[in-house]
Amino acid sequence: MRKQQRDGDLARLRILAAGPGATIQDPGRHGYLRYGVTPAGPMDWTAFQTVALALGNEAGAAAIEVSVGGLSVGAEDAPLMVAFAGGAFDWRRDGQPLPAAARLILRRGEILSARAGKSGGWAYLGVAGGVDTPAVMGSRATHVRSGIGGLEGCMLRAGDVLSVGPTRVYAPAADAAIDAPWLSGRLDPIRVVPGPQDDYFSAEALAGFFEANFTLTAAADRMAYRFEGAAVAHARGHDIVSDGVALGAIQIAGDQAPLVLMADRQPTGGYPKLGNVILADIGRLAQMRPGESCRFSRARLDEARAALAALDKEIATTPARLRSLRREMTPAWLLENNLIDGVVKTRERR
Amino acid sequence: MTGAIAPRYLPAGESALVVEFGERIDVAVHDRVLALDEAVAAAHLAGVIETVPTYRSLMIHFDPRRTSTPALIDAVRGLDPAGAPRKPPRHWRIPVCYDPPFAEDLGEVASRLGLSQDEIVALHSGALYRVYMYGFAPGFTFLGGLPEALAIPRRAAPRPPVPPGSLLIAGGQALIASVSMPTGWYQIGRSPARVFDWRREPMVLADIGDMIQFERIDAAAFAQMCIDAQTTAGR
Repeated sequence: MRKQQRDGDLARLRILAAGPGATIQDPGRHGYLRYGVTPAGPMDWTAFQTVALALGNEAGAAAIEVSVGGLSVGAEDAPLMVAFAGGAFDWRRDGQPLPAAARLILRRGEILSARAGKSGGWAYLGVAGGVDTPAVMGSRATHVRSGIGGLEGCMLRAGDVLSVGPTRVYAPAADAAIDAPWLSGRLDPIRVVPGPQDDYFSAEALAGFFEANFTLTAAADRMAYRFEGAAVAHARGHDIVSDGVALGAIQIAGDQAPLVLMADRQPTGGYPKLGNVILADIGRLAQMRPGESCRFSRARLDEARAALAALDKEIATTPARLRSLRREMTPAWLLENNLIDGVVKTRERR
Repeated sequence: MTGAIAPRYLPAGESALVVEFGERIDVAVHDRVLALDEAVAAAHLAGVIETVPTYRSLMIHFDPRRTSTPALIDAVRGLDPAGAPRKPPRHWRIPVCYDPPFAEDLGEVASRLGLSQDEIVALHSGALYRVYMYGFAPGFTFLGGLPEALAIPRRAAPRPPVPPGSLLIAGGQALIASVSMPTGWYQIGRSPARVFDWRREPMVLADIGDMIQFERIDAAAFAQMCIDAQTTAGR
């Protein structure tokens, strides 16, 4: 059992069960790509940010990324304000169904669990104040392959106990669903800005890529999603002298199948990249499950920026989109759950 | 830098820009990559998050909420990389043991290239290498300067994992492995030096553009250096 404990920390989160793939993530590790260090970070930044905003956390606060392997947690020592959002996961508190996106107070002894639901590959469970594991190279994001970040560079396991950072405000609040239509998984094509090596493909191969229907294969993890559908033939061979790789790069190797490079990508690569999935659509793509299909459409840079600005604006409305779940909050309940005490003992932010 | 062709500006989505100086591995191309890298760092351009120099291009990662690809291209065009003062490269001497059990594929390389093992060691340890880039994994070092006589094609199928510190060659390139991994390359030696350690400052020994030479050590010296490293690191 791995424990993080520091004197004076009231609230901690206990991992009661964790399927494979549950990790601690923050916005990612930046500044070290040049040394071969993978950025990591959330697969679906839109759901990750929704959770942070629902909790009033700083944008850099770390949260738990839950995979289809599921997770269950409990509040250790003191009640915790938590929030979750992402794909259409089946969230329950003590077996009682909850919305797929909500913010609530998790009392001691209650079990909050997530299982894969009807769609979606990733969900985020945040806690007010953020998960407080040691930062490595300025980030708490876990990159399992290189054993960096999170809790000892590993996926979360049953028995792990996570410290929680100090909260700005710890006022008892009603449990609330988060009405986040931007997480609903729109079916429009995934938009792609061509480049940097689109000139390695013939006009016909590119046109074919933007017309075909692609299905996500089982080769889909935090590093890359492999699609099958139409072969994308190279006009100039499939080896290039290595250059940089950005999030959402669509790499076409010798097998002519599109490989979309995700959060755990290597910072450089030696295959031609025909384009990059735009940031506004990368979360939507990340939420696809193997067997699901999509199409790709061509986007200009200004369209990509406009789509991002529009999505940012929508996500920023999160605090106004909390809809009460009507759990009674009587003074007796508050006392019983140590919340009034918790308010008195609230620590100042560092 | 007179007569050098103008770089190509290629988008990698709306949050990264590739400034490409060539399509081949070439010292002159790499010099231009490094010059621009230093100029970008010195200019503190709005919205730039970080840069990744590679053999032939510089990738500039930026925050699309703070700047845009056209604005960044304009800003980069306004820089004068050739006129900026360049950081002189440092020279590193890295100890390498070319003896068993640290040079598992040396015999195979010798027979494939028709050279003796001693000749291969003399060629490899006699060359001066340039650090072109890091990639693949933290601290995984891509070197240029491998003597042509050591050009051996990659393996058709990967060999079992090599340990960190392995000196690898294939495809006309030389590498220092920083992690254990299966590889299509040949392991011809191993260094006790830790090329990457995020707990150390600096976390990589050689910066991109630095020069490296390998210094032959025997197995006893290898073992002693490992003990010394553990003692000083205290872990």
